[in-house]
Amino acid sequence: MDYLLLQVLNGVQLGLLMFLLAAGLTLTFGIMDLVNLAHGSLYMMGAYIAWTLIGWTDSFVLGAILTLPATFLLGIVVEAVVMRRLYARDHLDQVLATFGLILFFNELVRVIWGPAGKSISVPQFLSHTVDILPGVPYPAYRFAIIAVGAVVAVLLAWLVARTRVGMLIRAGASNRRMIAALGVNIELLFSLVFGLGAVFAALAGLMAAPLTSVKIGMGDDILILAFVIIVIGGIGSIKGAFVAAMVVGQIDIVGRAFLPDFLKTFMSNAAASSAAPAISQVLVYVVMAGVLIWRPTGLFGQRT
Amino acid sequence: MMAAFRTPRGLATVAILLVLAVLPLLTQAFDQRYLLSIGTRIVIWAIAAVSLNMILGYGGLVSFGHAVFFGIGGYAVGILDAHGVSSGWIQWPVGVAMAALWAALVGALSLRTRGVYFIMITLAFAQLLYYVGVGLEAYGADDGLNISRSRFAGLIDMRDKASFYWLCFVLLCGTLWFCSRFANARFGFVIRGAKSNDLRMTALGFPVFRYRLAAFTISGAFGGLAGILLANEGAYISPAMMSWVKSGDLIVIVVLGGMGTLFGPLYGTIAFFVLEESLPPVLNLVQKGWGEYWQIVFGPMLVLIALYARGGIDSLFGRRHG
Amino acid sequence: MKIRLFGPTTIMALALGLPAMAQSPIKIGFVSTFSGPQAAIGEDMRRSAELAKEHLGGKMGGKPFEIVYEDDTFKPDVGKQKSEKLVQQDKVNFVTGYIWSNVLLASLKTVTDEGDTILVSANAGPSQIAGELCNKNFFSTSWNNDQTPMAMGEYLQKKGVKSLYLMAPNYAAGKDMMAGVKRTFKGEIKGEDYTKWPDQLDFSAELAKIRAAKPEGIFIFYPGAHGVQFLTQYAASGLKGQVPLYQVFSIDAITLPQQKDLALGILGAQEWVNDLPNDANKKYVADFKKKHGTYPSFYGAQSYDAIMLIASAAEALKGDLSNKDKVRAEMKKANFKSVRGDFKFGNNNFPIENFYIQDTVKDAAGMLTLKTVATAVTAAVDPYASKCPMK
Repeated sequence: MDYLLLQVLNGVQLGLLMFLLAAGLTLTFGIMDLVNLAHGSLYMMGAYIAWTLIGWTDSFVLGAILTLPATFLLGIVVEAVVMRRLYARDHLDQVLATFGLILFFNELVRVIWGPAGKSISVPQFLSHTVDILPGVPYPAYRFAIIAVGAVVAVLLAWLVARTRVGMLIRAGASNRRMIAALGVNIELLFSLVFGLGAVFAALAGLMAAPLTSVKIGMGDDILILAFVIIVIGGIGSIKGAFVAAMVVGQIDIVGRAFLPDFLKTFMSNAAASSAAPAISQVLVYVVMAGVLIWRPTGLFGQRT
Repeated sequence: MMAAFRTPRGLATVAILLVLAVLPLLTQAFDQRYLLSIGTRIVIWAIAAVSLNMILGYGGLVSFGHAVFFGIGGYAVGILDAHGVSSGWIQWPVGVAMAALWAALVGALSLRTRGVYFIMITLAFAQLLYYVGVGLEAYGADDGLNISRSRFAGLIDMRDKASFYWLCFVLLCGTLWFCSRFANARFGFVIRGAKSNDLRMTALGFPVFRYRLAAFTISGAFGGLAGILLANEGAYISPAMMSWVKSGDLIVIVVLGGMGTLFGPLYGTIAFFVLEESLPPVLNLVQKGWGEYWQIVFGPMLVLIALYARGGIDSLFGRRHG
Repeated sequence: MKIRLFGPTTIMALALGLPAMAQSPIKIGFVSTFSGPQAAIGEDMRRSAELAKEHLGGKMGGKPFEIVYEDDTFKPDVGKQKSEKLVQQDKVNFVTGYIWSNVLLASLKTVTDEGDTILVSANAGPSQIAGELCNKNFFSTSWNNDQTPMAMGEYLQKKGVKSLYLMAPNYAAGKDMMAGVKRTFKGEIKGEDYTKWPDQLDFSAELAKIRAAKPEGIFIFYPGAHGVQFLTQYAASGLKGQVPLYQVFSIDAITLPQQKDLALGILGAQEWVNDLPNDANKKYVADFKKKHGTYPSFYGAQSYDAIMLIASAAEALKGDLSNKDKVRAEMKKANFKSVRGDFKFGNNNFPIENFYIQDTVKDAAGMLTLKTVATAVTAAVDPYASKCPMK
């Protein structure tokens, strides 16, 4: 029972981390109709910038907080230099240009920070474990990720449902021409939304860094997973991204924690231990394909 | 036909095809064996690019999983070879048929979606096969498999670089010929019409979905052919053949060359390989050691192409008539 | 008339040409990863190869030599393409490097069969090449994949560890590593997990399983950044101090600066450690440290040895590499001072060598480094050698 609880918690934590990354992606996608493959690069830049700032300030919290405005600025610059010119283009041009940006950022990081990876230590005050049940410890830092992810989710829900910007975001996701007709300063709105997306990506990168490692191309690995999430959820839908991220988080954990034992009930041990990781690796793709065949615009996507 | 020679585009195309036709003689004369290897890879990749162009360029369907057909063709050759079936007469038709079958299946499921959803679902299916390849322990898993080249007893020795090159070249010409027929037939007309407005084509009474599915299947079959050739070129197969980065490369090549044009994919492939081979040495000339950072130049070049060179290389020859 | 006219020029050409011929350099191709997330490994290898060149005074058997570096970008098809370029265009005498099994397998035939060029793998050691695919033109200065975990398993067996939990990424080398440790470790296997490759960023589910399985030890194979990742999550989970960790290829001089103190006290197996007490090794490690401020990794040591092995053959033949049979025969003698201590080649041209158990410690200056604590096995032969038809 406590084992099950532990694994559910692991799934929640993983899902919230993925949600941080997917939220920015679905925002820029939904409101600007922009396929941004370089979102993973912003995740990487967030982690590297945090590494530098944490080194300077000698404090995880301070460095992390300073990273957010820094990546907001980076996002604004990237938007102004490249992205702005891509909104009116078709998805293919966007894929091509942002693919180019990935190559650029990966090499840029190598020039600035060198080829070897970096590591950010878990901050001292979070490096212990907390007993969720007597005798069942859980790392405090993972609780911190859950907390940050939950705060961002609530913040975004409030932003989208209750504020003027949120209204425009919702309007933009369903009808782009309408917001232009409302006389809104579209350019400013787009800059802000892109900057916000960059901040979320960077937040995901810096929160993940103490658990993973800061390395070149770290964003490329999970970019596809983030895309899978927003596609399952329905592009432009924050709610969809949240639900899909939680689902993907649980699927991932189930595939790793329970599938091998499940397969062993009717397969040989050797066959099960080699089939399980293969199946769990493709499980999310199968789910995505299934969702799209059932609902071609995702769970919460706009019907056309 | 003759009129084509009078335009710069026609002249350039004829010149490129001529050089490609006699490439083995040139590389032999100048003792540049390595250039023939690059040439072979260019010709094979061009076949794949032309096949992707059928759906991406003419049909406007951004398939982000085309490299999977490299894998299907390659693994058909490799798996049959591992079981002692080395005859190309069996390997090749099986490879093409498997690729077409997979394309038909994926197409039937994914052509219902649009835009980004289509991009993602084609990617998902490609990833699916990629991980299956990684899990195929009997065939080397991610280490890949060294294979022996297909045998066409008495007809052609695949180990001879020049004959293999010519075989690839002939197949490229065949693919181009097929593609030109495809684009100009009623079939291609429907596909292209549906790209700009599929509601209208449907209203005109064309079963757009079925046309698209057929195009997707044909495109996959030619992709499989390229995979078969690629496996024979390297005498090696691995899941890396179908990684999503390869699919991305193919898209870059088609856009670079000029989407929806007959020879665009060929120009694109040549440009892509030439850039890849020449950027590092050129940068090294500027400053020793910079060559390794060539992607910092290549990346922004892609951005610029996407932003300012919409028609790709083909448009450098001026606007198309008709 | 013509003869008179040609005479002096011919003689001049000969006079100029002969020394030029004698001076035509020996060329060594070096295929490794110099871009992307794994570039740090390639850089360490290049530094070591350059150091070997420096120690040799830039000459082998009286001839100058040069090393041509090519980047495989961590992709098998690119590695194959670059190997082809080295053999066909640069016309190198040897090709070395190769971190990854798949890059090596893709390039093997191009170099050894079609190019009849000698390939010295400075790291990758897939079992196919040790067994049925063994090749007279192939030499290794590293190991076969199974050997290092076998050494670890043997050590744990002797130490009396009763049960293990095994973890590795789900790819070919990962499976070799698991198979390797199971060959020699006879205790209970409490569980084994293959994790996703290369995109797994989270080990929480597996660590929870380990907690539930209560093994006496955890055996891992997580090279590069994954090793950093595993160690941080292992430490954060609170398992450290409860279940000891044993590793192969997961802690090395390249990952240590990121793993920091988390790596202290975690035992691993390796065929070379930076403190091995032979003269060649002392010189190599000291000069490397003086130049780059860090300890070299085993990748570097194997690359250094690869260049030295090639030099020994060129030395014995006085720089004349025209007879391939003689070159192969000289290579096979392994007549050089290896930084791991002397070794012999087996029938499959893989080294028959010792494996050591190493621990992470701090040196006098407080820098993290690895230290030999025991010899796990001596003169180990890989388990595939008998499948190789070569004698």
